Amino acid sequence: MKPVITIAKRELTGYFASPVAFVFIVIFLMLSGFFSFMVAGFFERGQASLEAFFAWHPWLYLFLVPAVGMRMWSEERRLGTLELLLTMPVTPWQAILGKFLAAWAVVGLALGLTFPMWLTVNYLGNPDNGVILAGYLGSLLMGGAYLSITAMTSAMTRNQVVAFIVSVVLSLFLILAGYPPVTNMLVHWASPALVDAIASFSVMTHFESIQKGVLDSRDILYFLSVMVFSLFTTGVIVRTHRAG
Amino acid sequence: MIQVQNLKKTFGPKVAVSGVSFKVEKGEVLGFLGPNGAGKSTTMRMITGFIPPTAGEAIIGGFNIVDNPIEAKRLIGYLPENAPSYADMTVLGFLSFTAELRGLSGVAQRKAVDRAVEMCFLENVLHQSVETLSKGYRHRTCFAQSIIHDPEVLILDEPTDGLDPNQKHEVRTLIRRMGEKKAIIFSTHILEEVEAVCSRAIIIDRGTIVANGTPAELKRRSNQAGAITVRLASGSAKAVASKLDALSGVDHTVVLNESPAAVRAFPRKQTASDDLARAISDLAGKEQWSLLELHTEEGRLDEVFRNITLPDTKSSGKESK
Repeated sequence: MKPVITIAKRELTGYFASPVAFVFIVIFLMLSGFFSFMVAGFFERGQASLEAFFAWHPWLYLFLVPAVGMRMWSEERRLGTLELLLTMPVTPWQAILGKFLAAWAVVGLALGLTFPMWLTVNYLGNPDNGVILAGYLGSLLMGGAYLSITAMTSAMTRNQVVAFIVSVVLSLFLILAGYPPVTNMLVHWASPALVDAIASFSVMTHFESIQKGVLDSRDILYFLSVMVFSLFTTGVIVRTHRAG
Repeated sequence: MIQVQNLKKTFGPKVAVSGVSFKVEKGEVLGFLGPNGAGKSTTMRMITGFIPPTAGEAIIGGFNIVDNPIEAKRLIGYLPENAPSYADMTVLGFLSFTAELRGLSGVAQRKAVDRAVEMCFLENVLHQSVETLSKGYRHRTCFAQSIIHDPEVLILDEPTDGLDPNQKHEVRTLIRRMGEKKAIIFSTHILEEVEAVCSRAIIIDRGTIVANGTPAELKRRSNQAGAITVRLASGSAKAVASKLDALSGVDHTVVLNESPAAVRAFPRKQTASDDLARAISDLAGKEQWSLLELHTEEGRLDEVFRNITLPDTKSSGKESK
């Protein structure tokens, strides 16, 4: 466990030594504010809830999370530090976990800094804080799922741009599989069971149900299994083409 | 300490290393020579556990690098080719990070970092970020990382690459000093380095070991080895050469300089070069030559290196095109 913490610490200093973390946090805060107030009509709704705020997270994360994670492995590969890291007395999974946790912490920090939203709804009305907490948890889990996909694509290439684009496409697929306009279209020529099966692969389906305040173990399990699968694949990739 | 048995690595159809075996004990400094693309770095990467071998095994201090990677890696300090390091960290931050990964903490960590900084002359740049450093400093930073935990095994891929002559000298001195207590493998293109530092050298070409011995033994394989050079204050080379040719132990002579005469005499196969040197000195006395120089060639490593690897580098160059 100690090497995981050592690596995570180094990664975090790396994020804050370069502008990556700051840019991410500032843009995330600006965009999430813009979407919830201007687009989703936070005030016009007249509801004391953060639904308008959370609804945009799958789309915000789609571009912002890959931007945070794209350097995770491709940079190591490009600089040659991968060779240094993997000849240290650490196992590949310790390195994978350390890097992932550090990037997730950056996402979590950005999410945490939206607390004025929470203060605002509590000042204006009496929201169900349990639902809001569930929303934050769901958002964090979704960010982790996107991030693990980015880790996987980042391990495949030494080019950050390629890692970014591929992970955006993969994440987009995970969104669209359960996005109502897409599922409505699928219903016309696929059996409802198949549409449901495809939709159950989507982050949308699971995020929405958590966001409503329903902490179903299946939803949590979904996000965790996306992370475990992606990070496991990352491990396989890192191990098999180390020299490249 | 390091035991390499029949190590092989293939990348698809391309054979990078085909069956390399050797041993390095404590107190030995093994020089790893070979043309570019001969498989030096690949071999080192397999020994350090960065890439898994296709076949064969590397055992570090009793631990197989494939079966017990963590235990084996603990014993190794490794300087990869091109000396990579995290560009966004300071030198101190980077060294503390590697020390921590090596399991050092608190006072032990600080001491280890101080020692490595002192040995690699990094005091002046301790708080600078790595990306602002010159190549020499960057290289030494990575070198410092490799010795931070005072490892028993040190594997250095071109440790003097990109250093200025003074730094090269420092690093060589350092390697030689550490070589008294550690098992060291280092690769290089610079042959004088091998003579200055190594207790043994291996020449590797196209994935196989083509020569293995002490620098002196390798030099003896040179064509020049054992030849006697005679240089006179005056006189013509032709006359001297014909006199030398007449000696029974001389196979042939080569004129190095017409006038004043300088001639190199090569002994016959069965003649010891010391005997020939004695015969030539007798001849010089008899002929009353005013000798300026009479010495036995030790042979030259670069010539041995070229003879062993040249035909191969040419053909492999064509293949890669």
